[in-house]
Amino acid sequence: MELKDKLVSSFIAFEDNVDVEHSVHDIRTEAIKNFEAKGFPTKKEEAWKYTSLNNLRKIDFSLFPKTENTIEYKDVKQYFLHEIDTYKIVFVDGVYSSYLSETTHDGVDICLMSAALTKDMYKPVIDVYFNKVASKDESLTTLNTAFSKEGAYIYIPKNKMPKKPIEILHFSTGNEASLLLQPRNLVVVEENAEVQIIERHQSLTDNNVLTNAVTEVFAADNAIVDIYKLQNDNANASLIDNTYIDQKNKSVVKVHTFSFGGKLTRNNLNFYQNGEYIDSIMKGVTILGEKQHVDHHTLVHHIEPNCESHQDYKGIYGESSTGVFNGKIIVDKIAQKTNAFQQNNNILISDKATINTKPQLEIFADDVKCSHGCTIGQLDEDALFYLQSRGIPIKEARALLMYAFANNVLESVRIPELKSRINALIANKLGVSLGFDL
Amino acid sequence: MLKINNLHAQVEDKEILKGINLEMKAGEVHAIMGPNGSGKSTLASVIAGKENFEVTDGSVELDGEDLEDISPEERAHKGVFLSFQYPVEIPGVSVTNFMKTAINESRKAKGLEEMPAKDMLKLIREKSELLEIDRKFLSRSLNEGFSGGEKKRNEIFQMAMLEPKLAILDETDSGLDIDALRIVANGVNKLKSKDNAVLVITHYQRLLDYIVPDFVHVLHNGKIVKSGGKELALELEEKGYDWLKQEAAV
Repeated sequence: MELKDKLVSSFIAFEDNVDVEHSVHDIRTEAIKNFEAKGFPTKKEEAWKYTSLNNLRKIDFSLFPKTENTIEYKDVKQYFLHEIDTYKIVFVDGVYSSYLSETTHDGVDICLMSAALTKDMYKPVIDVYFNKVASKDESLTTLNTAFSKEGAYIYIPKNKMPKKPIEILHFSTGNEASLLLQPRNLVVVEENAEVQIIERHQSLTDNNVLTNAVTEVFAADNAIVDIYKLQNDNANASLIDNTYIDQKNKSVVKVHTFSFGGKLTRNNLNFYQNGEYIDSIMKGVTILGEKQHVDHHTLVHHIEPNCESHQDYKGIYGESSTGVFNGKIIVDKIAQKTNAFQQNNNILISDKATINTKPQLEIFADDVKCSHGCTIGQLDEDALFYLQSRGIPIKEARALLMYAFANNVLESVRIPELKSRINALIANKLGVSLGFDL
Repeated sequence: MLKINNLHAQVEDKEILKGINLEMKAGEVHAIMGPNGSGKSTLASVIAGKENFEVTDGSVELDGEDLEDISPEERAHKGVFLSFQYPVEIPGVSVTNFMKTAINESRKAKGLEEMPAKDMLKLIREKSELLEIDRKFLSRSLNEGFSGGEKKRNEIFQMAMLEPKLAILDETDSGLDIDALRIVANGVNKLKSKDNAVLVITHYQRLLDYIVPDFVHVLHNGKIVKSGGKELALELEEKGYDWLKQEAAV
């Protein structure tokens, strides 16, 4: 059976099993109708021109894991930011693992979507925020909405800040031959509140996994939100990560996306600036090899005046890997004094690697500063010679230059231990020791 | 120490060096002077092993060993150092980390253990004092946002750290004010010994007031057209290069 048909036909059974709070039931029903009408996106659509889901659609995915699987902490410790204390919301094959998690209700809510969608005490928040910024017609988002049941629920009230960063981890055990996961996250950060979130999807075997995630983020006036997406998954793990961010006055939201692995990764990162003096920051480092594919699609919608957006994506593509960067900036007529910057720099270190990069600017206001630039190049020969002439072998010299190339994206990582971790991942990915602690 | 025999080199089919002969012994300072485009920087790059210059004839020998087919990093391990006219900026890698990498790679090539951190710090402190370099400077990204003078001072700091057998200073004086020039020259002079040699490449005589050469060679159109003692530099300063060009044409 086609994956689409399988999904649509399993929806009724899914809804029967879920303890349905009424308004969410309606949202899900509407969403499955939309998905049924649209189906999976194909390469005929401009937004999916360079990323094909055809091969994934042929896989016979299990939609709901049959057994509950447990894993030992020691086996997955390396995937946690274990050097520091964190809150942890952990899922194993889509099912919450209380054993591996550390949630809290102490002044803030860091817990589960399944609880938020079913318990009355969360209803006021769900009614106001759930599915309010996520797209109602993008097909993969509606697919996730239709099956929305589990994920992270984070609510930070006014003037609060959790004591430590929050890690959201999704493990897949491979006990199912092929597994489709659809986590749904909601992050609400009220006025003058702050939060730091680290997301990671990790498959523990080579079995097929497809994750179609949706995260909604609401940043109220003066809120500060940092999200770090660490994508370094196995060769048969694919991820479609849809993030929708609604920002109010003077909020600052930063999303870092580190793409170092996986088979196919599609990042849809959407910012909506519903206020003034907002700053939206998107940074990315992509280092790929083998036949890996990463597609970064960003959207910043400047709706009100006096806001800024900054995008800086760096890519290093080796072997037969392929990359896409598509950065769309919309500046509404009313959004005067907008500053929108976008930069995408790429290095191809193999003749077989490709990158498709495309800025897409739709500017309707006349008093704005918008700049965009994309470069595709090889490593600078003069710089290589300089390093070699200091006794640094060519392989290390290349790595050092690639590290330097990616580095300014790391400077804005505010959790030092995470920064070291990513530095180490970069060094590992480049296959060398650089002779000093990065 | 350095022996250059009938060296011919070209880049993209254009011959730049047309038969250079030069011999330098340990303990000597040689200066190569000449007008722009005479091949000075090319000579420096060829000695250091830059690959886009093709050696079509002749040879460069270091301590009797032909350097042909030896990579730039191996030349560095053998003691060749080039102070660049235009040092490259490496964002995200501090001066200190860069030197640690360079020193430990050289040690690795010689089969030595990495230098202990304590010794490394001591060495860095000692050499940065020699070049009057501020400690804050050492944690900055290599050459990024450095002024012309800072870049050159940093080059000589690297030379001090690596203690080369043969140091080639390519236009180290350009972009330096008189104070910086004095500091850089002082650094080079302190590093000079009976066991190493320095090749100073410059357009002007100014630097040679501070780093006094034993021999001066004039490079013109890819050839050494005149050699002499330090007084030759003064003569060039006074008369310019035009008279030499005429002499060479005869």
